[in-house]
Amino acid sequence: MEPIKQVEGRAIPFGRKNVDTDVIVPSKWLKTITREGLGKGAFESLRQDPDNLFDCAEFKGSPILIAGDNFGCGSSREHAAWALLDLGITCVIAPSFSDIFSGNAFKNGILTVVLPQDQVDRLLEVAKTDPIAIDLETQTVTTPFQDRFTFEIDPFRKHCLLNGLDEVGLTLARDAAISTYEQKHRAELPWLAAGTGVAA
Amino acid sequence: MTSQPRTLYQKIWDAHTVETRDDGTALIFIDRHLVHEVTSPQAFEALRVAGRKVRRPDLTLAVPDHNLPTTARRTASGARVPIADLESAAQLEALEKNAPAFGIRYIGDADVEQGIVHVVGPEQGFSLPGATIVCGDSHTACHGGLGALAFGIGTSEVEHVLATQTLLLKQSKTMEVRVEGALAPSVSPKDLILHIIGVVGTAGGTGHVMEYRGKVFEEMSIEGRLTVCNMSIEAGARAGLIAPDEKTFAFLKGRPYAPKGADWDAAVAWWKSLATDPGATYDKSVTIQAADVQPTVTWGTSPEDVVAIGGVVPDPASFAEPSKQDAARASLEYMGLEPGQRMDEIEIQNVFIGSCTNSRIEDLRAAAAVLKGKTKAPNVRWGIVVPGSGLVKRQAEEEGLDKIFTAAGLEWREPGCSACLGMNPDKIPAGERCASTSNRNFVGRQGPGARTHLVSPAMAAAAAVTGRLTDVRKL
Repeated sequence: MEPIKQVEGRAIPFGRKNVDTDVIVPSKWLKTITREGLGKGAFESLRQDPDNLFDCAEFKGSPILIAGDNFGCGSSREHAAWALLDLGITCVIAPSFSDIFSGNAFKNGILTVVLPQDQVDRLLEVAKTDPIAIDLETQTVTTPFQDRFTFEIDPFRKHCLLNGLDEVGLTLARDAAISTYEQKHRAELPWLAAGTGVAA
Repeated sequence: MTSQPRTLYQKIWDAHTVETRDDGTALIFIDRHLVHEVTSPQAFEALRVAGRKVRRPDLTLAVPDHNLPTTARRTASGARVPIADLESAAQLEALEKNAPAFGIRYIGDADVEQGIVHVVGPEQGFSLPGATIVCGDSHTACHGGLGALAFGIGTSEVEHVLATQTLLLKQSKTMEVRVEGALAPSVSPKDLILHIIGVVGTAGGTGHVMEYRGKVFEEMSIEGRLTVCNMSIEAGARAGLIAPDEKTFAFLKGRPYAPKGADWDAAVAWWKSLATDPGATYDKSVTIQAADVQPTVTWGTSPEDVVAIGGVVPDPASFAEPSKQDAARASLEYMGLEPGQRMDEIEIQNVFIGSCTNSRIEDLRAAAAVLKGKTKAPNVRWGIVVPGSGLVKRQAEEEGLDKIFTAAGLEWREPGCSACLGMNPDKIPAGERCASTSNRNFVGRQGPGARTHLVSPAMAAAAAVTGRLTDVRKL
């Protein structure tokens, strides 16, 4: 995973509310068995419009997306995060995100920034003409017009994003703790620890 | 252990905590992992690349569902019918190879146990009360109907569970959804959950686990509870829960992976201890009057866009928030509807009875009860009934339900996700409407340009008979 410290550039002033993952990447694009190349399917229905924000010269390849409330609701498809990455988006700013999407984004090194609606509205305005900058270390979003908004982020997620850490590797290092739990689990709830009975 | 009163959620969380970090993030042990072909290939690939193995193949069950065509899968001579869509075929083949390669029990495409993951888990007794259950599919919330903490995960988390049998999680907030009173006759669990989503909104449950409480749920069948919990995610909640009770135990007893003998008694004793303690508190609470729930349909492109069948398409200007007004305008344009139009005058061309929300035996019985001795209206171009599993299919056929459907002019299919999500050949053509028992009415969900109206199985059957959205109570 690529470490992420600062994201700076033009931001796509999308602003739409309740953008579901079927909009981010329709189900016909879920048939891949790799993670690459999903940018082609990103926002496919919206990009039928020749004047869409994602393909216009001004915003094509922008690293930042600004959206409305409840971004990424609906299906758990991680393809939504992969599609955004493939479009070049590494930071999404919105008043709120669906739980599953924000987890998927984090696990792929996409920074999700939650800001109040009025600040998001201000950024949507600025983004039409000017770049914005996000600094993860200081947890701030700034504009060329002296706007400076701070955001909250889970300290563990921040640490992983700043250092590009792989969560599976981190957890595998906790093997002893997991084994201890498994022994207790087998002793206390043996029928639950049994599963399908195939050899473990 | 704390002696403070705890919620059902808290008890399951506590029983599965491997360790908790200072920042509150916990490593949570996962008891059951369901794997299907769409969200798993990249996870298995990542394991392979890193040289990692599946920690607990015995706690993992793989079954294909999303891509499978619902037409015959074997010829009369037993040969596999090739799948025309090569990408679908490749994804299915990947699961068929990955499962045995990693030592995981695999239910094959033509096995009688095959079906939609969320139908198969409870049916096999793989999903159990008090368990933590995950799957790379947001409708995993479904299994909460058994009193399990069940939620959807992304592919990186699928990989994490395969490799470590745990997930790193922060505790969710809790939300009580209390329903008072009793549902009127002919009002189904699907109508209730659509109504609840209308009240809570699609983001109302975000960050929360919902627990459904009240006599309605105690009296509800397990199939109905699975339907309700299934759609918790449409209200933004990652999981929904209903406390396990005698109905749950009766449903599970004797199922293939359910505990047996002395284990069964021990399991029941533990399950009985899980219900929320008197005096336990929730972070948020909403109360719904069951008497307010009518047979319910959706008019827009978000599951919160619900209205009673006797109602009309709302005027976008009637919504308080400007963003919701814009969304409603866009929805109505996509759906081809006008404000003020009566819902029960909307003509439909397609009927879909199936999906992880409504494809269990009780759902098929409800639809068949309406369709018995009737035929679909001439304007209904295509009607399809897709059982949730091979076992549901067999049961329905033993009860003669398939004959009722086919006599009514509907097609009787093989189990799978089918027309819920436009990944397999079952799609709704652009511009056409579908009365659908599935869970999402998103733009393009059932195929590009398809217009979805979410309904209960009985309401879908009623729509098939009249050719328009119809109050089943008037048939």
